[in-house]
Amino acid sequence: MSETRTIEVDYLARVEGEGALYVRTEGDRVEEVKLRIFESPRFFEAFLRGRDFREAPDITARICGICPVAYQMGAAQAMEQICGVHMDAELEDLRRLIYCGEWIESHALHVFMLHLPDFLGYPDAITMAKDHPELVRKALRLKKIGNALMRLVGGREVHPVNLRVGGFYRTPTVDELAGIREDLVWGLDAAAEAAEFLAGLEFPDFEMDYEFVALVHPDEYPIIHGRIGSSSGIDVPVSDYDRIFTETHVVHSNALHSHLTESGRPAFMGPMARFALNRERLTPKAAALADRSGLGTVCRNPFKSILVRTVEIAFAFEEALRLLDAYRPIARPAVEASPRAGTGFGATEAPRGVCYHRYTLDEAGIIRDAKIVPPTSVNQPTIEADLHSLVQSHLDLPDDQLRHRCEQAIRNYDPCISCATHFLDLTVERG
Amino acid sequence: MSARRPTLAVWKFASCDGCQLTLLGCEDELLTLADTIRIAHFPEASSVRVEGPWDLSLVEGSVTTPEDAERIREIRRASKHLVTIGACATAGGIQALRNFADVEAFTRQVYARPDWIATLATSDPIAAHVPVDFELRGCPIDKGQLLEVINAFVYGRRPQIPASSVCEECKRAGHVCVMVAHGTPCLGPVTQGGCGALCPGCHRGCYGCFGPKETPNAPALSAWLSRLGMGRDELVRVYRTFNANADTFREESLRHERDTDH
Repeated sequence: MSETRTIEVDYLARVEGEGALYVRTEGDRVEEVKLRIFESPRFFEAFLRGRDFREAPDITARICGICPVAYQMGAAQAMEQICGVHMDAELEDLRRLIYCGEWIESHALHVFMLHLPDFLGYPDAITMAKDHPELVRKALRLKKIGNALMRLVGGREVHPVNLRVGGFYRTPTVDELAGIREDLVWGLDAAAEAAEFLAGLEFPDFEMDYEFVALVHPDEYPIIHGRIGSSSGIDVPVSDYDRIFTETHVVHSNALHSHLTESGRPAFMGPMARFALNRERLTPKAAALADRSGLGTVCRNPFKSILVRTVEIAFAFEEALRLLDAYRPIARPAVEASPRAGTGFGATEAPRGVCYHRYTLDEAGIIRDAKIVPPTSVNQPTIEADLHSLVQSHLDLPDDQLRHRCEQAIRNYDPCISCATHFLDLTVERG
Repeated sequence: MSARRPTLAVWKFASCDGCQLTLLGCEDELLTLADTIRIAHFPEASSVRVEGPWDLSLVEGSVTTPEDAERIREIRRASKHLVTIGACATAGGIQALRNFADVEAFTRQVYARPDWIATLATSDPIAAHVPVDFELRGCPIDKGQLLEVINAFVYGRRPQIPASSVCEECKRAGHVCVMVAHGTPCLGPVTQGGCGALCPGCHRGCYGCFGPKETPNAPALSAWLSRLGMGRDELVRVYRTFNANADTFREESLRHERDTDH
């Protein structure tokens, strides 16, 4: 007779939002893996209906305090598409610059404060600081610079006030931006140093055959522009998103699940996907750092996502420096948008992956329909597949070690549950 | 041996995480803070869980489910002081827009199986369920004000948080008034300061993230907003964002909604 074993985590720590994990095994087989998302629904897509199109960036920002710019920008892009707005190149560059700030603050938070304590055996960064004071101080400074960059361009780091449909309310002066240059130079070096330290960590031997999905762009490592590409050869415009993905509602999650429509496979979004599909377009120092970190051309070990994120921190600093050095006074802070009826699409690379928006407006510019798909929502089935495989190959571990390994596997994805619920708690049941 | 450090717990209800993130955003102060207080429960940042009771509980988010309503009562019972952080916990947040609508219709619009979703008809501020010792405003809260509130409770004094308007901060900052000079609609006259008049500083009108100031006169402002060309629907919407359920903003939006003369 086989023995039932369950492993549960009822409130996952060091993730953004509320989730749990439940795993049940029967004898030597994993029977059930559920990433439960019990974060309360907030119904953004419902209450966006009836709002003016110009309100969408401020409202959607409130989906997430960690990556508000992803929401503001996806919403703005969709509206601009509907209204036939052609964005000025220098405004697009300024958008890319503030987005670099969001990648830096979000990645630095995850790499050093949420993920690294798992590898070094601490419950949190504050405890880790007792043994590794310099490391934690540098990490905090990296994060602080990301936030400062967001504040400089966006007015504040959480829910920036300066982004709008068509661009910005006010563009910073050359002198204002110049003030952060020295910090960006320091950040690029500090990220490179951190990457070398992190590359020396011990990583579990674990690889999966993922279907990576990310924006792809011929000229740049994607942040705010690109087509949707995948490791199996999907290459479509953003407007085809709803055709290539199917969303389903599962009972154990308040965040809708997604699968690729044609293959039925789950997709993997985020830094590893961006890296796999766009590596050759990394900035030179970030590319060299990826080589030194031993990442090769593609990384399929999700525990090594910490290295990819750190390479992306370096990239964001290098890119921000390039944009800052090229910055000239901007003639108009925004391109005016006049409302018209239609449906538009937006997608950018949030720190956790592709963040998709679709809106329909009436002729007065009132939102009649809205759909927003955050990357964590898409990653749920992939996380469950990782957990299934991980538990299956570590059934010999005692419950507490297995539980910890599972939690770590979830944190590999830097899941943002607040985003996905429109989303985490671990239960392992063994049989 | 040092005296016992007071314990801090951070709780999350329906929210975007931005306000608790503000605590982690105190990059220069975080390590010092952790020497002064013991972070006993803060799941977003730590897997350590120290059982209550706690000296100070910071609560983010609004009450939107039957479980939330039960959980906040347990937290209150185990907390010496309870402070709400941000517009969700203090006024119900953006998700309180459901309070003006049919939540079942909302559920049907977002989820294929509405019967799997357990949710309350309203999104409530924490104070609607339990006594609250201090409410810190903002969507998001301001870092400096958060540190002031933590300090105040650690040292047993009232927090020094002004309840005056964005207009006052704006004048002190030396910004040109966007409403007078450019005819840009602005909620500054009725909104509590604390952000540092960020929006006028970016040449846009205040959109009310910190909620109503003390003794606001919203009808007088609405009359000016009408003169600047805002119609009835716009007036309803302008008060109906992140603090839609705060008394003054709620009443003012309802007043315009009922107004059929427009």
